Amino acid sequence: MSMSHQTARSSTSATTARPRSQSVQTAINILTFLLKSPTSAFGIVVLALLILTAIFAPLIAGHDPYMQNLENTLSPPSAAHFFGTDELGRDIFARIVHGSRITLTIIFLVTITVGPIGLFVGTVAGYFGGKTDVVLMRVTDIFLSFPSLILSLAFVAALGPSLNNAIIAISLTAWPPIARLARAETMTFRGADYISAARLQGASPARIIWKSIVPMCLPSVLIRLTLNMATVILTAAGLGFLGLGAQPPMPEWGAMIATGRRYMIDSWWLVTFPGLAILCVSLAFNLLGDGLRDALDPKQMTKR
Amino acid sequence: MPDLIRGRIGGVAGQIGSIAVTLFGLLILTFVIGRVMPTDPVRAIVGEDATREVYETVYRQLGLDRPMWEQFFVYLKDVATLDFGTSIRTGQPVLNDILYVLPATIELATFAIIFGAGLGIPLGVMAAVHKDRWPDHLIRVFSLSGHSMPIFWTGMIALLVFYAQLGWVGGSGRMSQFYIGLVPEKTNFLLIDSVLAKEWDVFRSALNHIVLPASLLGYSSSAYITRMTRSFMLDQLGQEYVTTARVKGLSNRQTIWRHAFGNIRVQLVTIIALAYGALLEGAVLIETVFAWPGFGQYLTSNLLIGDMNAVMTCVLVVGVIFIALNILSDLLYRIFDPRTR
Repeated sequence: MSMSHQTARSSTSATTARPRSQSVQTAINILTFLLKSPTSAFGIVVLALLILTAIFAPLIAGHDPYMQNLENTLSPPSAAHFFGTDELGRDIFARIVHGSRITLTIIFLVTITVGPIGLFVGTVAGYFGGKTDVVLMRVTDIFLSFPSLILSLAFVAALGPSLNNAIIAISLTAWPPIARLARAETMTFRGADYISAARLQGASPARIIWKSIVPMCLPSVLIRLTLNMATVILTAAGLGFLGLGAQPPMPEWGAMIATGRRYMIDSWWLVTFPGLAILCVSLAFNLLGDGLRDALDPKQMTKR
Repeated sequence: MPDLIRGRIGGVAGQIGSIAVTLFGLLILTFVIGRVMPTDPVRAIVGEDATREVYETVYRQLGLDRPMWEQFFVYLKDVATLDFGTSIRTGQPVLNDILYVLPATIELATFAIIFGAGLGIPLGVMAAVHKDRWPDHLIRVFSLSGHSMPIFWTGMIALLVFYAQLGWVGGSGRMSQFYIGLVPEKTNFLLIDSVLAKEWDVFRSALNHIVLPASLLGYSSSAYITRMTRSFMLDQLGQEYVTTARVKGLSNRQTIWRHAFGNIRVQLVTIIALAYGALLEGAVLIETVFAWPGFGQYLTSNLLIGDMNAVMTCVLVVGVIFIALNILSDLLYRIFDPRTR
């Protein structure tokens, strides 16, 4: 990843201002590259919409997502209720809009748990090598030997069904690929001169890892997290669908599909719209991730 | 030559060692998950209003009064003797239950992988040949959509459209209600059983029911196959022998399919073995939607009532299948690729 190498070289020159402006420049370059491709541009637009929707949810929704109206249950989409109403007369559009907050919460919490765990395991294994490396990578391999949904299911079964436990379960299954990546990155930096210099100055391993290695791994780890986010969202929705994630009456999209299932034959709108919302967000992450992979592909560097 | 053989035996031994360590880790993991659960295994057996004495007896019978490490050794011993306990829900040994439901899932997953590979490989080749032109972009969006859809939702919508509205395919389950119990269960692979019994109506019904869930599952797994095929093909098409073949005057079709594709077959086989394992994940969700009496449904229905013996054994089985597929994919690579010899 030549981008990281660039930053690596510049951070050896004592000034801190230069690498920062340089990485901002790289970020802008990547963004313009992404916006040129229609597919990744779609991804960026959908995710921006998701964030805006979540921030302004009460303004956009128009109805209270929890407000029941038993006189107007299962009514089809209309001008008053864009996506119709559910079995308790709640406005489905409002529920989907508010559900975006739950989706963003899941994304945020999984990112801030998985990133540090993966970075910690990966950098420690990569920096120390030897037995530490063998043991930590063995543990990582064991976690990798399950499909993530099955392992999440097992964790939620043990912890009890709830949104928080679903997030914990997903985090526990999502860190191994990050750890592998961080380890691989660390091993390429380990022998670098600036690491040896820090060591000769008497810096402790903890300080070297935290100050010199973690910042180097950060860009690729963040990209990898984006790539994996579609899976995270689908797993969370799957857990919600199975009744193991967010519990009713929370407007979580997967759980909404699960309750709508009973009324599916006559009232198609109950399951259709939450499913489309999940599909859009996970497709957006996949398209963005695909674009990022192209943007950072060294073979494509000349195009930027 | 003896050196070479010794090296290979060493490699195999090392691999067996690492498999053993992974398996052991798997057991620790399922044991730990099984122990941290907040539901009380004793209560699940004796019920809510059992007396204190009954509770204590069962508590001791289950060995819960012994130290953790001792419990773990008991667990190891049980696993080694293939004793995974009894399912609270069915009252049968868990292993029997799983062996009974597994064929339904294998049948589904096999059809799905045939569909997924049949779709993914040609698409991947096409995308590579037309790299960065519109077929490539179209194929990318198509296959990423398959990878992005929540499969439980697509399953419902597909049932609504193709079964309830159009009536093209059978609904949920492995066959029509009408035929259940008609065919003797020999292998539990319904398609095989119905052929053995010469019940062609059942066979048709079964085929009619498997088409929809299998093609959805296959579509979702084709994304990975398409992407890998594309990148393998791009590697090949960039090499000089392809140019040579073209210069020699071979047709485009022959160059692509005979020469370039011929060289990626080995890699594809290993990819498909891995994709087969990943199907199990989708199977859990799609079986719930289609009321498919397989492994996934067994797992989720036990999960919801907290039957931990059954759940942990299921997790263990999935882990073992995954490891086995990894080994298989590795072996296939070694067997078919002359360079690894």
